[in-house]
Amino acid sequence: MRIVAAMSGGVDSSVAAALLAADGYDVVGLSMQLYDQSTGEQSFGSCCTLDDLTEARQVANHIGIPHYIVNFERQFQETVVAHFIREYSVARTPIPCVHCNSDLKFSSLLDRARGLDAARVATGHYARVERLESDNPAQEPRYVLRRAKDTQKDQTYFLFSLTQSQLEKAMFPLGGLMKSDVRRYASEQGLQVADKPDSHEICFVPDGDYATFIERREPSIARSGAVKDPSGRILGRHSGIHRFTVGQRKGLGISSSERLYVTSLDATTATVTLGPRAALERTTLTASTVNWISVKPKPETTVTAKVRHHHPEARARVWPLADKRLKLEFDSPQTAIAPGQAVVLYDGDRVLGGGWID
Amino acid sequence: MRIYLDHNATTPVALAVSDAVADTLRSCYGNASSIHFFGQSAKAKLDSARSDVAKLIGGNPSEIIFTSGGTEADNLAIRGVAEVAQHSRHQLIASAIEHEAVLNTFKTLEKHGWNTTLLPVDQHGLIDPSDLENELSNDTALVSVMHANNEIGTIQPIQKLAQLTHRQGALFHTDAVQSAGKIPINVQALGVDLLSISAHKFNGPKGCGALWVKRGARLKSTITGGRQERNRRAGTENVPAIVGMGIAAQNTLNALDSTTERTGSLRDKLELGILEGVPDTVVNGAPHCRISNTTNISFAGIEAEALLIALDLEGIAVSTGSACSSGTLEPSHVLKAMGFGSRRIQNSIRFSLGSGTTNTEIDRVLTIIPTVVSKLRRLSRT
Repeated sequence: MRIVAAMSGGVDSSVAAALLAADGYDVVGLSMQLYDQSTGEQSFGSCCTLDDLTEARQVANHIGIPHYIVNFERQFQETVVAHFIREYSVARTPIPCVHCNSDLKFSSLLDRARGLDAARVATGHYARVERLESDNPAQEPRYVLRRAKDTQKDQTYFLFSLTQSQLEKAMFPLGGLMKSDVRRYASEQGLQVADKPDSHEICFVPDGDYATFIERREPSIARSGAVKDPSGRILGRHSGIHRFTVGQRKGLGISSSERLYVTSLDATTATVTLGPRAALERTTLTASTVNWISVKPKPETTVTAKVRHHHPEARARVWPLADKRLKLEFDSPQTAIAPGQAVVLYDGDRVLGGGWID
Repeated sequence: MRIYLDHNATTPVALAVSDAVADTLRSCYGNASSIHFFGQSAKAKLDSARSDVAKLIGGNPSEIIFTSGGTEADNLAIRGVAEVAQHSRHQLIASAIEHEAVLNTFKTLEKHGWNTTLLPVDQHGLIDPSDLENELSNDTALVSVMHANNEIGTIQPIQKLAQLTHRQGALFHTDAVQSAGKIPINVQALGVDLLSISAHKFNGPKGCGALWVKRGARLKSTITGGRQERNRRAGTENVPAIVGMGIAAQNTLNALDSTTERTGSLRDKLELGILEGVPDTVVNGAPHCRISNTTNISFAGIEAEALLIALDLEGIAVSTGSACSSGTLEPSHVLKAMGFGSRRIQNSIRFSLGSGTTNTEIDRVLTIIPTVVSKLRRLSRT
């Protein structure tokens, strides 16, 4: 069976490809080129750079699989980057990785894989897919997304928007492994990326400076506005709302006797409102463009919900709403709810689904 | 079975060539500039290779400058002539479909103050001589137009273009990297002043090429150092590779007519088979004015990149445009200059045959391509 392995040049996707090849699959490595690197001068982000593509090629050669670079610059700009900038311009804080997974890796790359007669696309994500056969043979099997064995590394938060047909084609060979196992395997196999550091920042933004990246593409976003306290008093001015996220405390440029947080952002007036931590507390949220992985839960189902990738889950009850929306009521007040981020709902280690926070 | 149909990118090294290269590497290590026995043996091989290479293009051995390849030969021709002419003339002319070795050299010289002009081509990739005539003046130092194009195979009316150029007292260079070994070349008949060739395009080794410079044409060396190659290309000669190039040139010339005929009939069979067997396909290039081994075909509705990978997994090696233009989504500047839209350009695949291509291979390609194409088309519609 032929499998396409998406290879970024990092240790995880390299090991994923190596494991499949060792299992006897006919593995074809594909690396996505996502930005024009022909000038060779500009500094790029932390992933899919020319160096990464070179390392992916070397790993593929080492494990003895064919490897190709596929050019998805256009698709990447149209889906991931355009959305990223659009969200910041309406004072939301996006997560491009989710779109990269559902709109690129398990979309454009999956299409490419189909054209090569590959049955599946494998990535180096820490997550698990499980196929559930129905008791009724007339019914299609369902696919369930589960947390990775390595809960520290679990990446299901970034995969909640995958549909059944995408999950059917997805393979996550690292789902049952600890990160330390992955690094050990890489070094045992002599993969040169065994000690390569993990990438943490948004991959396409050089040096993590996302504000400059956005301003260069959308200069109108760098519009000065007022920083106010809850009573409307002006505390100072800022150089663009894209530099702020609800819940942010650092880099506000305001000196104050009490600790102040960004409590809301208004894109039309370019106003940043600050307040004490208590002003951030919310017990409900709504989310849009919801994806239910397998089945839509009944109203008032108890779940645990994650509102950021590196954030502890909180108990809540969920109400699916019309138009692919949901409402969530937390048992206790939450302070990290930011519009544009994803809320992902779990039942134990199973991902029920998620949506984009309004 | 792997089938190699990318001979315009590079060719397999002939056995006689690799034997001669290895033998020279092992047993003839002298520096060709040395006076002693070892130097003399190397120099003798160099002389003999120079004659063989000169014969391939109908030139005189003393007019051959060995270089590291076609790119260096193009650079030497353009920069070398520009350097000599810079105080009297200020314009350089090339076609819009030149290889990057020419185009990017022009870009650099433009930054250094030269006026550069790129001539348009028609839908077949052909230059209209009257366009050149209109651009030429007594300010033109050099015209550089490739003999045959690497992506589509179109052969330019070099003789006519060179004549027009000479009327204005300018020099004419042609990049013959893709025509050498595929069609007969005679520098006298072409009437050019400078001509570039590359060994690895005619079953010779990589890293070796030559610039033919007509006696009397003035040119300044671009690499400074020793007085090798009549003071026009400094650096110890790569004798083993040059020996290989000589053998390759000799073999190529001996078999030229039969190779051209063979690859021509196989290319025609492949092209016709695709046009008839795969709907919505179209040939890019000049049907009656092409090198015999090349066909460039657009498959409507398919990204060439996807087709290339799918074919490679089936054991068939082809290419999209020029092998040098990786790392960018820039569509083929050749097809663009021919006036085609981005779809037709992104759908285009180049098949280039070689002296070793067989009828069985073409048959196999013709059975595989329709299946692969229809599968990719089905997917792109869903």
